[in-house]
Amino acid sequence: MSEVVIDLPVLDPDSKPFWESCRRHEMALQRCAACGQFRFPPRVTCPHCLSEEYTWTPVRGRGTVYTFVTFHHVYHKAWADKAPYNVSMIELEEGPRLWSNVVGIAPEEVTVGMPVEIFYEDVTDEVALPKFRPAGR
Amino acid sequence: MASRLKGKFAIVGVGETKLGKLPDWTTLGLHLDAIKRAVEDAGLKIQDVDGLVTNQPLEDTHRSYAVRVAHAAGINPTYATDLALGGATPCAMVQHAVMAIDAGLCKTVVCVHARKQATRHQTPTRGQPLRDGEEDFEEPFGLYGAVVNHAMAARRHMFEYGTKSEDLAEIAVATRGHACLNPAATMRKPITVADHQGSRWIVEPLRLLDCCLVSDGGGAVVVTSAARAKDLRRPAVYVLGFGQHHPHFSLLEARSLTTLGGKVSAERAFKMAGLRPSDMHFAEIYDCFTITTLITLEDYGFCKKGEGKDWVKNGRIALGGELPVNTHGGLLSQAHIEGMLHVTEAVRQLRWDDVEPERQAKECRYGVVSGHGAALSMHATLVLGREPA
Repeated sequence: MSEVVIDLPVLDPDSKPFWESCRRHEMALQRCAACGQFRFPPRVTCPHCLSEEYTWTPVRGRGTVYTFVTFHHVYHKAWADKAPYNVSMIELEEGPRLWSNVVGIAPEEVTVGMPVEIFYEDVTDEVALPKFRPAGR
Repeated sequence: MASRLKGKFAIVGVGETKLGKLPDWTTLGLHLDAIKRAVEDAGLKIQDVDGLVTNQPLEDTHRSYAVRVAHAAGINPTYATDLALGGATPCAMVQHAVMAIDAGLCKTVVCVHARKQATRHQTPTRGQPLRDGEEDFEEPFGLYGAVVNHAMAARRHMFEYGTKSEDLAEIAVATRGHACLNPAATMRKPITVADHQGSRWIVEPLRLLDCCLVSDGGGAVVVTSAARAKDLRRPAVYVLGFGQHHPHFSLLEARSLTTLGGKVSAERAFKMAGLRPSDMHFAEIYDCFTITTLITLEDYGFCKKGEGKDWVKNGRIALGGELPVNTHGGLLSQAHIEGMLHVTEAVRQLRWDDVEPERQAKECRYGVVSGHGAALSMHATLVLGREPA
């Protein structure tokens, strides 16, 4: 794992529980205790009702591709040998969307609306990245 | 009903620096040069200026930049602020100028926007580049740059409305046609739809020719009251309406990727002006990417949502067409100063004697300018006119 050169997240007090849940391979998002809505990216107040009460609630890890692109241009050398590669906006069943990569399928086979499921890629002792593959494969 | 502010304020001076790759210029130098050109164009002295609005340079950061620029220029301001709305900044600057003058804070405001993007690595900078704060959820997945957010929206527009890459090409081709008529434009070789289709993918579904230029340069405008404007050197161009809308920050939380802030922003601007989209004689529509222009034309009501792909064809958006769009060549082919040149171009068009005759939108009386920023997050609109009403 010492070979990692991709940019890794900086964990801060808002985001640390999210990244720790990914490290445990059981992604949790903030769910508002007042209105019940999930939110992402993490923050202290609910964007729907401004409540500061929430619980880190595990999600099922299932969703669909809301939209996606294929990176051909290489912006960072860590991605040079991966291009062309997919980046997708994943809409989770619980509502929030997040960025990830749909892998295990050629970039040109990804479609809007494709059902996907989560898996985790351990990249350091502290960080596991949530990735997605087509559901049921 | 039109707003009480309609036609009460005017743009009385405009200026643009050299554009392109300018390794011998600093960011501050470009701001000062743009201010000088705009103030001289207005026929004013620097001592006549008592307000300044600047952009916040992304790659060459400074604290309290507007006050720094003001005093470097010789302005002793009673109103000064930096604005940070990405490509929506220039249109929003004019709005701030109007509001500040209307509030009695100052009388004559320079709005200046300059940037060192093309040669940023060749000139010393002393701060860290600014970040959005969302990168921790993006970069680990290889998501970098400005193209990706617009490519995400383009894919979604293609999914929802059947828009194709070839349709986006029409915008690139028409814009280049205008740049070919503009001696100040960076890209002056005509292109075809086939050229666009043959250009490489950057972030698919956007190709190289869907993407704007990366430029050094600056522009400025001088805003004052309509009463003062009457005595000045150049014909006044009146601020008839304006609006803003910033419907999300992270694209992850966008309510829509195909209807953006332009819809509400333009509705407010047209209502304030008491005008309709069909009253416009030209449009300077932010074009960081072709898809931005397509979505904005739809959001502004020039055509229905999803119909932009056909609406932009057959010369409609070229000079001589129903609605000339980006008569200067835009960010795609003139230069990318985050939309400041969309504002200066609109003013020059409405003066009638200020652009090359072949680039003039004939007998134009009304024009609309859009600005759009960041992850399709921010939008500002100006409706300008030759007459105050």
